[in-house]
Formats: sequence, structure tokens, C-alpha cells
Amino acid sequence: MAKLTLSDLKKLRDQKTAEMNPRDTANKTAQVIVGMGTCGIAAGAKGTFDAFIAALGEKKLDSVVVRQTGCMGLCHSEPTVEVVAPDMPAVIYGKVDAATARTIVEQHILGKQLVGDHIIDKPSTDILRS
Amino acid sequence: MLPTACDTISDIVQNAFESGASEVSLDMARRGNWLEVVVRDNGKGMDEATQRRALDPFWTEPGKHPGRKVGLGLPFLKQAADQCGGSMSLESAPGRGTTVSFRFDESNVDAPPTGDVPAMLVQLMTWPGEGDFAVRREVDGRTYEVRRSELAEALGGLHTGGALSMMNEFFASNEAELEQPI
Repeated sequence: MAKLTLSDLKKLRDQKTAEMNPRDTANKTAQVIVGMGTCGIAAGAKGTFDAFIAALGEKKLDSVVVRQTGCMGLCHSEPTVEVVAPDMPAVIYGKVDAATARTIVEQHILGKQLVGDHIIDKPSTDILRS
Repeated sequence: MLPTACDTISDIVQNAFESGASEVSLDMARRGNWLEVVVRDNGKGMDEATQRRALDPFWTEPGKHPGRKVGLGLPFLKQAADQCGGSMSLESAPGRGTTVSFRFDESNVDAPPTGDVPAMLVQLMTWPGEGDFAVRREVDGRTYEVRRSELAEALGGLHTGGALSMMNEFFASNEAELEQPI
């Protein structure tokens, strides 16, 4: 792979914008939020984060937003990921490894079906501030 | 202990982001057997008593996680450095910021593996917050540098799947160049 400079990156962006997948407009408001506290990192959240980027890239879901947050108080179930997709309830998934990340992209974001065996619900009450 | 050196670096850099800094920098160099890392921020800093307590795994910043009594970031780093014959140091002053420096002897059997550098850099570049983040990478004298503000401008934002894939390519290609034998 040739070394990319910042100006190469800008050209690549212009090219990608021109090739935007029309199916992707429905996902403009979809967000994936990966818990990246010490607990998440220890459980492999960076691999999870990377797997989401790769899976979204493969499916050409260029508009889905991927963000990070700190500990959600669910250290027993890390890596944890909140997924907010149009027409779907906001869900926190637990024990999301790279393969599960791929399943979430295919099944939840594209297929509009919850990934039942990884649903945790919402952040633990002791971490929520009033 | 965190699994890789990159995991440890992510955790320490995130502390820097959370200090209220407007500028955070990461200098990550491999020189011979040594992985040498300096993380600097201009955030709120710590007095001497707080610096000592920060190395105690059973202390965390009051109010950060109400009801929790552990804070493992710096203790994990100290453990990782100690066990591979490396070292770590902390310099900080209230209102001026904090610098965490450490080195791991990567030839030591107890050194953590380096980990995935491009994935770590993408993750750190997209950590939420307003401040700028400067990265300098070096492998035996070959270097590159990039700032979050420059990537944001080139990519028109940092958080969409499209921008993240392109940023991944950027770091993978620059890291591959660093690793080329001379």
C-alpha cells in the first residue's frame, strides 16, 4: 500500500462522496457507541471498534456514526456497545467481540432485527448521574 | 494488566483527554528493543499527593465513578513497565498539565505485545472531545506526524463509517512505511 498523505486522503474522500451508496441514506442517524473504559479495553473493545469500522466499510455503510464513551458501569459484560438505529429501540449489547460486531451490523443495522443473545438493556444504575 | 502496549497507551491517552486539556500529544517510538512513549496534556494536572494516590489501584478520582473504589489505568501501566524491566514516570502540576512517560523493553519475555497501532490511532483520534491531539510516530529514526485537526479537515469529520475506513487506510499505510527495512 502506498503511503497516504493528508491531500491523498482529501481526494479519497471526494471520490467516496461521489460513489455514496444510495441505500445508506436511511442510516444517516444510526449510531454505534463503543464503551472504551479501562474495563472495555481490557476485554478487547478496541478489536470490537475496529471490527465495526471494517464491517461498515465492507457493507458501504459510510454514514453510520461510530463513537466511543467511557465505562457504562457494565464491566462484567464488556465490551459493551450501544446501538441507536432509525425505527429501532436503543439497545446496549454486551460481550461484543469482533464476530458479534459483524452480526450487529448485518442483523441490527441492515436487517432491523435485534441480536437477542447479547442484549444487556441500559447502563447500570450506580453509574448514572442524576 | 491490559493485553497489549497499545491498550495501555489508549488508556493513558484517554486520561489525558479527560483532564480538560485543549492539547494532548502522543509520542510513540520504537528505538532498538525499546518502546518509548510520552503522553502530554495541558489539562488540570495533579498535586503531589494526588500523583502518589493515582498509582494506588484502590483509588480513583472522586466523583468520576460514584460508588466505585478502583482506578486501574496508571497502576496497570506501572505493573507492565516493572515486569519487563522498563520504567515509568509522572510529571504534573495543578493547572499546568501532566506528562506520563514510559518505556518497555520489548525483547523481555514479560513485555506485553505491541498490539495493533493503526487501530489504536484511529480509536484515539475519534475519542470525543474538543481539544486537539497530535501524534508523532517513530521507528528507528523514521517518523511521521499528524494532528486530529488535520485529519478532520481532510476527511470532513471523523465519526462516520466512511471517514473511519479512510483514516484506517491512512494509518495502515503510514505504519507500513515505518516498518519497511532500510
